[in-house]
Amino acid sequence: MTRRTPPIWNERDRSTHIVRFTLAQIGATVLNALSYLGRLGLFLGQVLVLIVTPPLKIWRVIRQVQFIGARSLLVIALTGVFTGMVLGLQGYYTLTRFGSEAYLGPAVAIGLITELGPVLSALMVTGRAGSAIAAEIGIMRITEQIDALEVMALNPIRYLVVPNIVAGVIALPLLGALFSVIGIYGGYLVGVQLLGVSSGTYFGSMADFVAMNDIRNGLYKSLSFGLLITFLCCFKGYHTGYGAEGVSKATTEAVVLSSVTVLVVDYFLNSVLL
Amino acid sequence: MAETPIIQVRDLRKRFGRQVVLNGLNLDIMRGEILAVIGRSGTGKSVFLKHLIGLVRPDRGQVLVDGENIHRGGSRNLARIRERFGMLFQGGALFDSLTVEDNIAFPLREKTHMSAAQIQGMVTEILKGVGLEGVEGKFPDQLSGGMRKRVALARALVMHPEIVLFDEPTTGLDPILVRAIHQLIADTQARFHYTAVLVSHELPQIFDIATRVAMLHNGVILEVDTAARFQCSSNPAVQQFIAGRLEGPLTPT
Repeated sequence: MTRRTPPIWNERDRSTHIVRFTLAQIGATVLNALSYLGRLGLFLGQVLVLIVTPPLKIWRVIRQVQFIGARSLLVIALTGVFTGMVLGLQGYYTLTRFGSEAYLGPAVAIGLITELGPVLSALMVTGRAGSAIAAEIGIMRITEQIDALEVMALNPIRYLVVPNIVAGVIALPLLGALFSVIGIYGGYLVGVQLLGVSSGTYFGSMADFVAMNDIRNGLYKSLSFGLLITFLCCFKGYHTGYGAEGVSKATTEAVVLSSVTVLVVDYFLNSVLL
Repeated sequence: MAETPIIQVRDLRKRFGRQVVLNGLNLDIMRGEILAVIGRSGTGKSVFLKHLIGLVRPDRGQVLVDGENIHRGGSRNLARIRERFGMLFQGGALFDSLTVEDNIAFPLREKTHMSAAQIQGMVTEILKGVGLEGVEGKFPDQLSGGMRKRVALARALVMHPEIVLFDEPTTGLDPILVRAIHQLIADTQARFHYTAVLVSHELPQIFDIATRVAMLHNGVILEVDTAARFQCSSNPAVQQFIAGRLEGPLTPT
């Protein structure tokens, strides 16, 4: 796609020239931004159409679920347990000020299930798998492997992008749930084993206070993040610049954009769901 | 057999930003010929080749395959036309996460309903055809440059395309390998009767296999003729290019 550059003006009047040039610059920036958004939208449209039109590349989906999901287990377990432990510790000291340490269980659980589980697991997956997805697709682009697929009259989006996105939507809710469960046990380690809250209180009050709605909200978030991360990382990789530098830039942008978008979207989802 | 054009290029224009790459290019590619496209580095030979298969969309002009505009009728139509093509990319463009066998079998598995045994038979046969045996289980990164080109050629030919595009198939290879790959192209072309369009820098070796030679310069075809007549061209730019002289109408930049 050709970049729009501001036209050159021939007016003698310098001030008019500057004003017009600035306006043209602003116009060019806006047009660029719009064309970028347009490309993003078109890409999303293509992806969504291809998800619902067979054939779905099942083996590639399974492989990507393994890559995005199964291979993230260790990092999710580690971050989950420590997040839970921090929550247990912080929660306990905050709650003792009000004499309500009995509510440690639900405090930890609700925090994890509705917020930290989905968000932190999404950020972890972005760093671990999202960067790899962007880099892999980017390298395939610059080494003409994507062109090779097109030349074979095969749709590269169906082969490279759709499986990643379907896998993300499957894996993220599972990882988010796992994060929360492990985190709850992390909170149990600190709250019950170290700080002396009784085990019955910790789990009992949890069952009383955690509503099905909390779990559903967490699930919706994870689903959205699964779609978002994989989509943005694939998009960045697919539209990478030239050479090794282009791929490294695309990878960095993919991770930064995905992480920021996860947090921004998280806020808006909260305001809709709560 | 050559005389009916299979591909017609009409007034093809393409610019990237302010740089004009193709400037009203016209060319007929005849059925069953080996057409070599030569020209200086950066004159847009690869871009031209990519236009033929719709990987790049022209700003203006048409590419007609058997009289049918490849950009009319949407992506499904383009996909149907592309099934008649094979392409050998400059770097091979082999899928680096797949083995040689999986690379060659890829289009067969995706586009045909052959059994696994049939596919394996075809892979072995086509590999033998390009002079490779026993490399099925290797990954592209484990092969030498020449072997990779051969595997890429095998993949381009496995669907028996009518038209094969070669983007600098011999760049970076030693002179003996260059000759061997050229021979391979000539042999496979004689066997499968495909139309070949070949972008190359290999002068004068390219004259041995090309039916016709076209020189791309300043975004247009400067001269196109049979290999024998092309070498005797009276155009000073063509002569300078063939001889590789510094003096003449083409200035080194």
